Amino acid sequence: MFKPLLFTALLLPAAAFAECEPVVVGDLSVSAPWSRATIGASRPAVFYVTITNSGSEDDALTNIASPVAGMPMLHETVVKDGIASMPHAMSIPVPAGETMRLAPGSYHGMLMDLTGAQKEGDSFPVTLSFQNGGDVTIDVPVLSLRAEEAECAAAP
Amino acid sequence: MLRTIQIILWAAVAVVLGYLALTRFQDEPAATSFRPTFALPDETGTVRTSGEFQGKHLLVFFGFTNCPDVCPTTMMEVAEVMDVLGSDADEVQPLFISIDPERDRALGLTEYVTAFHPSILGLAGDDAATRTTAESFKIFYDRDADANAPDGYTMSHSPALYLVGPNGDWLRQYSYGTPAQEILDDLKGRL
Repeated sequence: MFKPLLFTALLLPAAAFAECEPVVVGDLSVSAPWSRATIGASRPAVFYVTITNSGSEDDALTNIASPVAGMPMLHETVVKDGIASMPHAMSIPVPAGETMRLAPGSYHGMLMDLTGAQKEGDSFPVTLSFQNGGDVTIDVPVLSLRAEEAECAAAP
Repeated sequence: MLRTIQIILWAAVAVVLGYLALTRFQDEPAATSFRPTFALPDETGTVRTSGEFQGKHLLVFFGFTNCPDVCPTTMMEVAEVMDVLGSDADEVQPLFISIDPERDRALGLTEYVTAFHPSILGLAGDDAATRTTAESFKIFYDRDADANAPDGYTMSHSPALYLVGPNGDWLRQYSYGTPAQEILDDLKGRL
């Protein structure tokens, strides 16, 4: 009688956790991806993620790709002397032993030329290409327009 | 070398600004504030002016809708502020003034701002009116050529949120990243 219940109770957090599971390739762990709902398809979507490099060799995120965006790019928001600008980032460093966050007000992926509007509750894959670590594909949940951070905690 | 020139130029700017601030202060001891003005069309083409909002506090943000990171973050905070203000929200009008008016009109300004909060009013003039408004608020914006950006350019701009009082006086700015709660605490004390 209690056994199935207990079993379900044990499974539930595991199932919830599975979606937040980081994708690990070699020394790189990619976790807590998220995007915001877009207003129509003609304005860019954003892509945020956390990357941890547990190896002893520096790496760098050099490119992103997604089937939902014809023109994905890496950008950095820079606020300097009271002016915000958004230069194109050729690559984003992921130094050995460190964690790099693509987060609001900092590095981010800008997904342009969308195939459609991204709605809250949707998700789409993004493939991250690293200089040394190869390619990592992760599923990115689309959160509300007013989301400020990932729902999944970043991998330690 | 470039860095040195940059530092010298900024120092020169600081000196000039300091001098201007000082002379202004001497001329009008009471007036460290100023009155920004605007006359800009909303999406329907109706020209909205600073004068018609007398009696209300204005929360003004300059931005562009093709902006995935800075602008949504601030608009989200404005939305949060308006939600929490409740009945006091009638006394506050949030404005989004486009610094990329031609493209924003084509993309749809009202659709963008109201997606964040129905109370936000989007304004987009022509280049001259936009420049005049920015000067009136003493803010900076510029168009940066970027071959990799959509349409070959992106915008840089002052990302702060500006508060204008019920008599039209510029009251203060909330710098980029100020949490909604801090804006609320400050604003509630003024309503």
